[in-house]
This record gives sequence, C-alpha cells and structure tokens, in this order.
Amino acid sequence: MSRITGGQIDRSKTLRFSFDGVAYAGHPGDTLASALLANGVRLMGRSFKYHRPRGVISAGSEEPNAIVELRSGARQEPNTRATVIELFDGLQAQSQNRWPSLKFDALAINDRLSPFFAAGFYYKTFMWPAAFWEKLYEPIIRRAAGLGSLSKQDDPDDYDKGFLHCDLLIIGAGPAGLSAALTAGRAGARVILADEDFRMGGRLNAETLEVGGGSGADWAAKAVLELAAMPNVRLMTRTTVIGAFDHGIYGAVERVSDHLAQPLPGKPRQILWRIYAARSILAAGAIERPIAFENNDRPGIMLAGALRAYANRWGVAVGDRVAVFTNNDDGLRTVADLKAKGLDVTLIDARQGDEVIDSAGRLGLKSITVRRGNGRTETLAVSALGVSGGWNPNLNIASNHRGRPVWSESLAAFLPPEGAIAGLSCAGAAAGAMSTHGALTTGADQAVQALASLGLTASTDLPQAEDAPVNLKAHWYVHSGKGRAWIDQQNDVTVKDVKLAKQENFVSVEHLKRYTTLGMATDQGKTGNILGLAVMAELTGKTIPETGTTIYRPPYTPVAMGVLGGRARGEDFKPTRHTPSHKWATEQGAVFVEVGYWLRTQWLPRAGETTWRQSVDREVLQTRKSVGICDVTTLGKIDIQGTDAGAFLDKVYANTFSTLGIGKTRYGLMLREDGMVMDDGTTARMGQNEYVMTTTTANAVPVFRHLEYCRQVLWPDMDVQLISTTEAWAQYSVAGPNARKLLEKLVDQDISDAAFPYMACGNITVKGTRARLFRISFSGELAYEIAVPTRYGDAMIRALVEAGRDFDAVVYGTEALGVMRVEKGHVAGNELNGQSSALNMGLGKMVSKKKDAIGMVLSQREGMVQPNGYRLVGVKPVDPAKALTAGAHFLAKGAEAVAVNDGGWLTSVVYSPHLGHSIGLGYLKGGDTRKGERLRVVNLLANTDVEVEIVSPHFFDPEGERLRG
Amino acid sequence: MANALKALTPLGHDAPVSETIGPVTITENVGVALASLASRLGREAEVATVAQAAGIPLPGPGRAETASYGAIWLGPEQWMIEAPFETHEDIVAVLKPLFGEAASITEQTDAWVRFDLTATDLPALFERLCGHDLRRNGTGSATRTVIEHLGCYVVRRAENQVSVIGPRSSARSLHHALITAAKSAF
Repeated sequence: MSRITGGQIDRSKTLRFSFDGVAYAGHPGDTLASALLANGVRLMGRSFKYHRPRGVISAGSEEPNAIVELRSGARQEPNTRATVIELFDGLQAQSQNRWPSLKFDALAINDRLSPFFAAGFYYKTFMWPAAFWEKLYEPIIRRAAGLGSLSKQDDPDDYDKGFLHCDLLIIGAGPAGLSAALTAGRAGARVILADEDFRMGGRLNAETLEVGGGSGADWAAKAVLELAAMPNVRLMTRTTVIGAFDHGIYGAVERVSDHLAQPLPGKPRQILWRIYAARSILAAGAIERPIAFENNDRPGIMLAGALRAYANRWGVAVGDRVAVFTNNDDGLRTVADLKAKGLDVTLIDARQGDEVIDSAGRLGLKSITVRRGNGRTETLAVSALGVSGGWNPNLNIASNHRGRPVWSESLAAFLPPEGAIAGLSCAGAAAGAMSTHGALTTGADQAVQALASLGLTASTDLPQAEDAPVNLKAHWYVHSGKGRAWIDQQNDVTVKDVKLAKQENFVSVEHLKRYTTLGMATDQGKTGNILGLAVMAELTGKTIPETGTTIYRPPYTPVAMGVLGGRARGEDFKPTRHTPSHKWATEQGAVFVEVGYWLRTQWLPRAGETTWRQSVDREVLQTRKSVGICDVTTLGKIDIQGTDAGAFLDKVYANTFSTLGIGKTRYGLMLREDGMVMDDGTTARMGQNEYVMTTTTANAVPVFRHLEYCRQVLWPDMDVQLISTTEAWAQYSVAGPNARKLLEKLVDQDISDAAFPYMACGNITVKGTRARLFRISFSGELAYEIAVPTRYGDAMIRALVEAGRDFDAVVYGTEALGVMRVEKGHVAGNELNGQSSALNMGLGKMVSKKKDAIGMVLSQREGMVQPNGYRLVGVKPVDPAKALTAGAHFLAKGAEAVAVNDGGWLTSVVYSPHLGHSIGLGYLKGGDTRKGERLRVVNLLANTDVEVEIVSPHFFDPEGERLRG
Repeated sequence: MANALKALTPLGHDAPVSETIGPVTITENVGVALASLASRLGREAEVATVAQAAGIPLPGPGRAETASYGAIWLGPEQWMIEAPFETHEDIVAVLKPLFGEAASITEQTDAWVRFDLTATDLPALFERLCGHDLRRNGTGSATRTVIEHLGCYVVRRAENQVSVIGPRSSARSLHHALITAAKSAF
C-alpha cells in the first residue's frame, strides 16, 4: 500500500490535504482517492443503509462508495466522489454517514439487523400510523441513511451560464474521442472536445498499451498538443456533458475552480454551458462491472481496471499481495501490469471454474476464500482484489431521448441504440469497439461521416494499436454461500434483495428498480444495474434483453444546484425595470412595489406618518382636493400606423375606433377569441393613419404579441405596422381640480377646456421639449397624462413637483391610484382576471354589434349572457367601522358557508378616505338588479363575516362632472 | 426652442459611463437617435428608392449597415434607423417628409439603452451572455437575442466592436450583466 514507480503525477511537488482531520500528502495529478490509497487509506466511507465499511471501487465518476464531504464552512459540499476530486493543496475532506467516527460507526448495528432491512422494508414497516411518517419515521431514516450534510450557509461562489456552438461535439477524450477530434479538427471543422477528467486521454492514461509504437499516454498527450494548436478546436477538460436535450443542444458543466482552494476573484466556480452542436459523437468509453459474491464490498476490493489504473496512472499499489477475479481477458491485463510493477498477483479466472466465494477483514480486506474449479477451497491472504465481470459501453447519454439499449451477446452488455438522438453517433468502447484500434478507427470513421453529412470532407490517418478481441464468459454472481452479495453498493442492494423482489412479483425492471432502489443512488447504478438485471433474468428464466433495462435521464453525474441557478440569485434573480421617476422617488424615500420587473412607487411617506394608510389617505385626499402626480410610464404603449390602422382597431377592440376623430382619445375594451375580456386601455388618434394604444402594465407584452399575431397571421392583407413605445416616453398622470392650472405653468400651448377638452390628445411642448398630452382620467378627477421622451422623465417629475408647490400638489403611488379607481368603479387587474366578460364588468354595451371583432361572437354564447350571471357591484359595510377583505364570498343572511350558497366574491377592497370606510368591488350573481340588498361577505380563511349593502360601483362622482371640469 | 428640461442617461447620470475591465471597454452611448421604419403594404419598392436616395441602407435579415444613416434589420420590411442625436433629436420630423405615407416611422430613441463594447476577443465575452454566436457572425451581423432575460439587439459594428441595444428601463440590470460577464470571462 504505497507509491510505486511511474504514473502521471508530479513527484517534485507535494500537496498537503486532510481526511477526517488526519494530515496526508499527495502530488499534482492525484485524485483524492489515489492520494488516500497511496497513503494506505482504504476505508473511505460507510454504506447507505447498513453502514458497512467501504472503500473505493472505481477510478472514475461511476464511483458508488468513496463518497465524501469536501471543504468546510460555507463551501462544504456533500456527496462528492473521491475518485474525481483533483487534489489541491489544503484540501479538506470528511467521511459521511457515520457516527461517531468512520472506524467505529454506531449505526453499523444496522448491518446486524439486516434481516429487517430487506428490499421494500420502508413500505412494509412504516405503514402505521400514517401521521407518524412525516414527523417521526422520515427524520429518523434520513438521519440514519445519510447522504452528507449541508452547511445551511449561502454558497459564497458564483456560477456562470454560457452558450457554445460547434459543428461537432465530441463527448469523451479517450482514444476514440481524440481520434475523432484529430480527424475533424484537421478537416477544419469547428470542434468541441469535452472530458470530465482533468487530463485528456481516457483509458490510455491508465494502460500500458502502445499506440503508434510509443506509450498510449504519450500519444494522447501529443494529440492534445496538436489539437490545442488548432483555432477551430476547443478543448474542455473538467467538463462533464450532463445530457442531450432537444435539437442538438447538450448541457455541460465545466468545473472552472473546483481544483483550487477557492475561485480566483471574479471568476465562477463552475459554468453551465449550453452547447449547440450540428453533430455529436459519444465517445464516453466503457464502465467495468463487478461479479457479485459474498462480502464483496470490503475496502480493498475494487474493479480490476481501477486497480490497474491506480498502478499505471497514479503509481499506487493498493496492496502488495493482490488477487484478480475475472471472467474475461481484460482481467489478465491487470495481472500482467501489476506483476510488471513487482507485485505478487494471483489469478482467479471464472472461465476456468475458479471463483472467489467470500472475503474477510472488518475495515479492509485481509483475505479471500477461493473455490477452485476442482472443488478445492483455499484462503488467500490479500489486501487488494481486482474484480472484472466485463465492460459495459457507457451509453448513458445515448438513451436520454428514451432510445432503448440493444443487447450484444458477444459483449454480454447493452450497446447504445442507433439513431436514438438526432445527429449523435457513438464511437469506441461506448459503441462496443473495445480494443484501442477499434476506438481509434471508429472515432475517426464517425467523425468522417458526421462531417460528410455537413458537407465537409475529412480523411483519416490512424496510428498502429492493439486489436485484441473481447474474450469473455458471462458470469454475474457466485452461486454460493448464505451471506449477502452486493450488486448496487451505493444503495446496499444485494442478490437476496433481487430474489425477494422476484418472490414478491416485482419482476419488471421498473418495479425491480423502485422496490429495491437498484440504480437509484447518486451513481445511478453505473456499476451495478446490469448485475441486478442479470440476476432477475436468471430467476425468471428469461434472457437479459427479454428482462429489459432501465434508461437514463440527465444529468449524467450529480450537478450542483448553484450551477443550475447561475447568476440568478438574490438581487440578480431577475432584471429590474426602473420608471423615469425612480431616481427622484428614491431621493424622496418612496416605498416601491414590484409589478412584474418594474419597481413602481407604492406610496411616498412624509415625516410623521407612521403607517402606510396615513400616506395613502393623504395622497388620495390631496389629489381630490387639489392635484396629484403619478408616474404611469409602466402602462404599455403601442404605436399603430398604416392606412388600415383604424379598421384594425375595430377588429381587435370590442368597440369602434375608426370613427374616432384625430386628436381624440377613447377607452377601449379588448376581448379574447373566447369572448372574455383580455385587456382595457385608451387609444389616441394622433394622425390620419396613426394611433397610440395604451394597455395595462401587466398586459403590455401579451397585448403586443396578440396584435402582432393578428397582423401577421389573421389579417396579413391589412396595412398595419406596430411597434412598442412603452419605454420611449416618460408618462405622468396629473389629476385633481388644479391639474390644468399646474400644467399651464409648464405647457407652452393653450390647454383650456375649450382648446383641449375632455378626451383630447395632441403633440405639445413643455418649456420647449417635445411632449404629448392626453386628457384622460383613471381617478375620476380632471386629469391629464403628459409624456416626454424618457431621458427628460427625471426633469419632468421635478418640474411637475416644482410647478405644483403653489397647489400643495402630492405625488401619489399605486396604492392611492388603486383607491381612487375603486372609488370611481374602474376595473383593473383583479376584475380583468381572464374569466370575466364585458357583461360581467357592466361594460356589455361596449361590445358593438354593428361590426365583427375578436371575441364578439363567443361573448354572446348562452352561458355568457345569463341574466343571473356575475355582475360588477359596489359593496359597503353596513357598519362603517367594519373592514372588508378582498376574496370574501357573498352569502345571503343565514345561509351556510358552503359552495352551493356562494353568490360571488369581492374582487377589490380599499379604504376610502373620502367616504371614511371600507369599500369594495365584487362580482355578484345578478348583481345589476340587486342594489340596496343586504348580504354577508364571508372569508373562511380570515374568519370574517361582515354584513354589507350592495351599491353602485361608482362611489365617487357617478355623473363624471369632475373629470369634464 | 432649446430644451429647458435636463436629460439623464439611461443609467441615470448626467453623462455617459465608460468602464474598462481587462481587455474590454463598455461605454454607454447616448449620441444616437433611433426610429423604426416599416414599409406600408404595397409600397416596399417606393421605400427602397427613397431610402437609397437618402443614404439610408435597408439591410437584409440578420444584418446591419451604415451609410449616411445606420440601419438594423428588425423584421420583414422593418428596420431601426440610426442617426446622430445632435442633429436628429426629432428624427421622425426628419424622416417623415422623405417617406410620406409610404412608410410608418416611430421614434425609438429613448426606448433603448445602447452599450458599445470594444475588445480583442468579444466572442469570449458574449458566449457568457447570449446564444448569438459571434464566432460565426462577423462584422455587419445583427440579431435580436436575450441577455439575462432582457430582449436585446446585438450588432457587430466591427471585428472588435459590438453594440448591445437593450430596454432602457433595465439599463442598470443590463449594464450589471455586461460588467459581471466581463469580469468573469477575462
């Protein structure tokens, strides 16, 4: 258990690290696993369910056992695989799922109690009483079946997202991937070569096989050098392609900084790349599988190819006395390579009838029991055992689109389905070409074919390499002994569990998976799945292809949640839209409210005001008494031009616009095709062929999209052009009896009632600056909306406030706006809920029968015109001291609060400072004929029950005398 | 008449902001007036003739061009016209007499914030921002894309110069995204 000669580590440098608080040393090029093994540490974790001592079994991302917590404090990360953690100076790792220590774990008692923990034990044991599940059973199980712990601190690191484009994406930089990249790169194609490892070369780095007469690792290094010099090739190490998505898009996570103690300033820890690939090649190699036998999970027992990799790539001998248990020729390579390193190696070849039937060693392998083909049993004292049951093509990503893997009898393994992902082909061991020659050839060939389909020509120039056949006799598990033989080591699934599943008739692979949890751990059963299928196949007397296999979803390996979120955290979760008055409002201490991405002023507190109601009441009363100013820029503005603009508006609005005079504005109601109200707003006619439509803030984009659809798809023959101008103009409402007097101080033109009557609009100037003026009112007051180019919006609010000093003008926010519109009985978002018609809103007469418009026909459906349907009403409490709550439902006096008695609901509720009590708008069945009735509004959630009177929705100035003033 | 109202830049300052991060310089550009130009139905040829005479290029899909005026393709028979703000603050008043009723013209100047980015390796920056592939789209390319949820135009003015034209109300968010990406990429 020590370093031996060779390997791709830099022995001139020493890296210090710790595991469970003990200090160790390693070298650049080491993984945490190789460095621990080099220090004689075989025990690295405890198993999920039985808390069995476990060590590393692989040398790659398929690792099920050596799962550790990395780093400390806010950067603590659970469930990382020691086999892929690149060693750095100062690395801290801790074992997980053990207490109090890795060597003495109190919960190892579970192992003694294993008969109680067989497959399906959750389902059988924790059935009763149901209430105990969430509060009692689940916390206990989660504590016992640990998957590491969270720091519960904010992640201090940043994550980026990015977009890459290429002709050819090659997934995996082993011999097949490198060969494909050289072929495509030399042909001038845009290539991305991605590998999860920090060193390209794949198995060539772990083998002693020759390529082109020299070492395979050297050939790989030279190939990488050649590729790095090509401007058309992007080499991405430490980059895991996590899945194939639609239309040639692949997800990839690049670990930019995980090999550092912490990211460099300003740099991300990881990047989630979205790769747009015209073609792609899966060259992800193969994953070795074990053979199950009794007690096959002790630290020191690993895959034979991993044992060889630790010796060849990292110069580590896991043990000085070693045995290899194999059913194929690849196992013989491990024997040869370890012998060449001077180790004592014993071969147990299942093809000769030899088998390992048991092992011993509490915290690490001490001996194995071997039954030879002649029936003789012997015990071998070994500290390492390599096991090889053959290699499975690593087809994970090829089945991301539900393509079913295809069984190969000669490999005794599944091959990737051909053509299952458009544009993706497979090469090398991932495609079942298991020799080095096979990898180089298929890699190059697939690249030539992929490029040919893109109209590019490529040629191949392959080096010499071994082409040994796969010589394998399928052997899945040892039929011997009464103990447990592990199949899925991460989830503690044994041969016995599969037998139990079969006994209880969970024989479909999907049931097998869920009943036993086979393949459901973080390793997704990369090493264990096929063993489970093979055992089930044998038990049911079927073949493996008849038994079937589960398929894989992205991600290929676990992905940090942070990288999925990217930069969208905290304040950067979404962009913000600022109104033109934002700077001024911030200076005034305004309270803002989020409206979509917009931040709007909700109210503006003044000194001495301690509650929001004081501010809002003041804003409302002062506006009604004198004048108020409000930023209404957020309302959507759509410029509509063309010789058919008027006719177009007649079709999209329920009421008529073609008759609107130039210089006039009209309120419009827009229906959806189904007859429900889509949006409302005013539209002004600025010229013969020129209109400006306003929409609600919420529907600015949906309405624009709807109009574009109408223009482009429904009526392409109409001469209409549209463009949004929402952001181009800063628009302010100036409302109240003194509104005109205020504006007259700023506007250069005559805006007297005669020159600029109610609903007029026009181009004006404000102290020389181009502006637009609309005489429209949402508050019910004499009101204008004045717009200037947005760059002058800040100056405009300051000018309005300054001009308003003589009138003690207020600036009001959305709350006061809401109060005044409810007082006036105007509908807004709460009433425009997508389920309400013009008739419901009391606006039925606006739907013109003289013309066809979107939604007109369906608005006349029988169900839409029921006399007893919902109608907009005003509501006030009989006792003015009682507050109403929006969402409360109408009930008759004495009626039980059940759905059948429901008469409708309160849509909007405000406190009217003008009236001195709560008022509301609501939809009430048959409400248009029920004025004066007394009902109750009941809110079962808030536990309120208030007697109310039904009144007109127009609480304030019902005749509209003020706004025409 | 002179403006009595004082203008603010989209970032909310009196003067445009410029910041250099490693090899990239990001500058707020407030010197350009914008107007959308859309041909009226059936009058496309007339628009082309008038535009040519006025030095207004009408580039094809995915392209931007500059002559006396600059222009960016927005959609079929629709362009964004660029002119110096100094001389074209009321850009519609300048363009409308040229095209008359042959085209619909709408002022767009203050609907947008424009950031000009210069760097020797702009693709390395933009691959962290949007799906638009600057390695394949060289000088004269222009597209609408999404940067941090914001619909933006990305216009390649030259090998080392790109304009990002985004929604004015989100100027700060867009600027923050550009600065963050620049710090991350370089």
